[in-house]
Amino acid sequence: MRTNLKWGAVALILAGAVGCRQDMHDQPKYIPLRPSSFFDDGRSARPIPAGTVARGHLEADTAFYTGKDANGNYVDGFPFAVTKEVLLRGQERYNIFCTPCHDRTGTGNGIVVRRGFRHPPSYHIDRLRQAPNGYIFDVITNGFGAMQDYSAQVAPADRWAIIAYERALQLSENATLADVPAAQRAQLGAQGNALVIQQEAR
Amino acid sequence: MSQIFHHSSNALARVTIFGGVFILGFIGWAGYQLDASHYATRQEVPRDQPVPFSHAHHVGGEGFDCRYCHTTVEDSSFANIPPVKTCMNCHSQIWKDSPTLEPVRTAFRNNGTIAWVRVHDLPDFVYFNHSIHVAKGVGCETCHGRIDQMPLTRQFATLRMEWCLDCHKNPAPNLRPHEFITKMGYTPAGDQEEIGRRLMAENQIQDARHLTSCSTCHR
Ligand code: HEC
Ligand code: HEC
Ligand code: HEC
Ligand code: HEC
Ligand code: HEC
Ligand code: HEC
Repeated sequence: MRTNLKWGAVALILAGAVGCRQDMHDQPKYIPLRPSSFFDDGRSARPIPAGTVARGHLEADTAFYTGKDANGNYVDGFPFAVTKEVLLRGQERYNIFCTPCHDRTGTGNGIVVRRGFRHPPSYHIDRLRQAPNGYIFDVITNGFGAMQDYSAQVAPADRWAIIAYERALQLSENATLADVPAAQRAQLGAQGNALVIQQEAR
Repeated sequence: MSQIFHHSSNALARVTIFGGVFILGFIGWAGYQLDASHYATRQEVPRDQPVPFSHAHHVGGEGFDCRYCHTTVEDSSFANIPPVKTCMNCHSQIWKDSPTLEPVRTAFRNNGTIAWVRVHDLPDFVYFNHSIHVAKGVGCETCHGRIDQMPLTRQFATLRMEWCLDCHKNPAPNLRPHEFITKMGYTPAGDQEEIGRRLMAENQIQDARHLTSCSTCHR
C-alpha cells in the first residue's frame, strides 16, 4: 500500500513535469527571425513603407551616402580623415566582402572567379587607379555589371574604409623604394623591392 | 491475536527505507541525464532544410568569412540569416542552373524568403546577445563548434544554463584576439593562460558576480 502511494506520487510528479515546458519557452511575441502568421508574406520584420524615413536614416549628406556631390559628379577625397584605424577596418571589411572575387591583392582571381564567376578587372589597371573615390563608392552601393550591390551588407562608413584600403593596395602594387620612409627601408631586406609590403597586405 | 504483517514485511520495510533513497536518487539522476541528453537538447541533430545549404562547402571549402552572410552578428543581439539576395551575389552565375538552388531563385524573383528551419532556439525567457560576446573576444567556434565541417548545420553546445554559467564564471580560457573571431580551428599562438589574462584586462570583462547574477540573462 505505502509503496503504491509512493509510486503514485512519483508518477504524478513526472506527469506534471511533462506538462511544464513550453508556455514560457515560446511566448506569443515577436523576436528576431520569428515568423508571423498575421502578415501574408510570413515575415515579422516588416519592410520600410515607401516614402518614410527611419529615425537616424535621413542621409542628408549626399556625398557621404552616394559618393556624388550636389551636381551629381563623383567626389574625390574622403569624407573623414584616413587614419591607421580606418585602414585596418577597411582591410578587415575588404577581406570579408571583396576577396571572394577580387582576391587579397585586388587582381581579381578570387575563389568564386576560379569557380566560374565573371573575371573582374584588376584594381591595378590605369582606369581604376584614376577613378575617383566616389565612383568606387557607387560601384559598391549600386553594383556594376555582373557584380551585385553590397549596400545591404556593407555600411556607408565601411564602404569608405574599403576604398581607402583599395587605394593602399593600388599603391603597394606600384610602390618603389623611394616611397618607403628611410627608417623602414632596412626591414625590406636585401632586394629592397615592394614585395615585402605586398606580402604584408596579404 | 494473529500478526497483521507477515514476517516477510520486515524485509520489504528495509528495502523501501534503504532502497527508497537509492531509487529516488536513481530517478533524479536518470531525469537529469535525459534532460541533458542529445535527445532533449537537440544537440548534434542536423535539421533538414528547404535548400541543403552547407557550411562545409561555403566556409570549409571556399573559405568565406561568417560575416559575409551573418552581417549583423557584430553589432546586434542576433545573427541574421542571409536573405536570398546574398546567395544570388554568387549564384547568379555559379551553379545557376542547379535544381537544388531553384527555391533560392524563385524566392529572389518573387521578392520572397526561404523558411529556414531554426537550429538553435533558446527559451524566450533567456536574453542572449551576440554582439557583446563577439566584441569581448569569444569566437564563433567556441559556441558553434566546427561549423566549417558541417554539411547540414547542427547545434554544438547544449544551450543549457550550466553551459552559459561555466563560461561566465571564468571566460579567460575561451577568449581570443579579435582578428581570429570567425576563424575555425584556431589555436592560440602562445600560452592561452597568459593571452586569456591579458584579454580579460584589455576587454574589461566584468567580474563573475555580475556575469552569473540571474538578471544578466533573465531580464
Ligand atoms: C561575387 C563576386 C564579387 C564580389 C564579392 C565583389 N565583386 Fe567587385 N566586381 C565583380 C565583377 C565580376 C566585376 C566586373 C563586372 C563587370 O564588368 O560586369 C567587378 C567589378 C568591380 C569594380 C570595377 C568596376 C569597373 O568600373 O570596372 C570595382 C571597383 C569593384 N568591383 C569593387 C568591389 C568591392 C569594393 C567589393 C567588396 C565590397 C567587391 N567589388 C566585391 C565581382 C565581385
Ligand atoms: C554563404 C553564406 C554563409 C556563410 C559564409 C556562413 N553562414 Fe551560417 N548560415 C547560413 C545560412 C543560409 C543558414 C541557415 C541554414 C542553416 O541553418 O544551415 C546559416 C545558419 C547558421 C547557424 C544556425 C542558425 C540557426 O538556425 O540556429 C549558425 C550557428 C551559423 N550559420 C554560423 C555560422 C558561422 C560560425 C559561420 C562562419 C564560420 C557561418 N555561419 C558562415 C549562411 C552562411
Ligand atoms: C560568395 C559566394 C557565394 C555565396 C554568397 C553563396 N554561395 Fe553557395 N556556393 C558557392 C560556391 C563557390 C559553390 C561551389 C562549392 C563547390 O563546388 O565546392 C557553392 C555551392 C552551393 C551549393 C551546392 C550545390 C550542390 O549541389 O552541391 C548550394 C546548395 C549553395 N551553394 C547554396 C547557397 C545558398 C542557399 C546561399 C545563400 C545563403 C549561398 N549558396 C551563397 C558560392 C557562394
Ligand atoms: C557565447 C556563445 C556564442 C558565440 C561566441 C556566438 N554564438 Fe551564435 N548563437 C549562440 C546562441 C546561444 C544562439 C541561440 C540564440 C537564440 O536561440 O536566441 C546562437 C544563434 C546563432 C545564429 C542563429 C540566429 C540567432 O541569432 O538566433 C547564428 C546565425 C549564429 N549564432 C551565428 C554566429 C556567428 C557567425 C558567430 C561568430 C561571429 C557566433 N554566432 C558567435 C551562441 C553564440
Ligand atoms: C565561452 C564563453 C561564454 C559562453 C558560453 C556564454 N557567454 Fe555570455 N558572456 C561571455 C563574455 C566574455 C561576456 C562579456 C562580459 C563583459 O562584458 O564583461 C558575456 C556577456 C554576456 C551578457 C551581457 C552581460 C552584461 O553585462 O549585460 C549576456 C546577457 C550573456 N553573456 C548571456 C549569455 C547566455 C544567455 C549564454 C548561454 C546561452 C552565454 N552568455 C554563454 C562569455 C560567454
Ligand atoms: C549566463 C546566463 C544565465 C544566468 C546568469 C542565469 N541563467 Fe537561468 N537560464 C539560462 C538559460 C540559457 C536557460 C535555458 C536552459 C534550457 O533551455 O535548458 C535558463 C533557464 C532557467 C530556468 C528554467 C529551467 C527550465 O528548464 O525551464 C530557471 C528557473 C532559471 N534559469 C533560473 C535562474 C536563476 C534563479 C538564476 C540566478 C541564480 C539564473 N537562472 C541565472 C541562462 C542563465
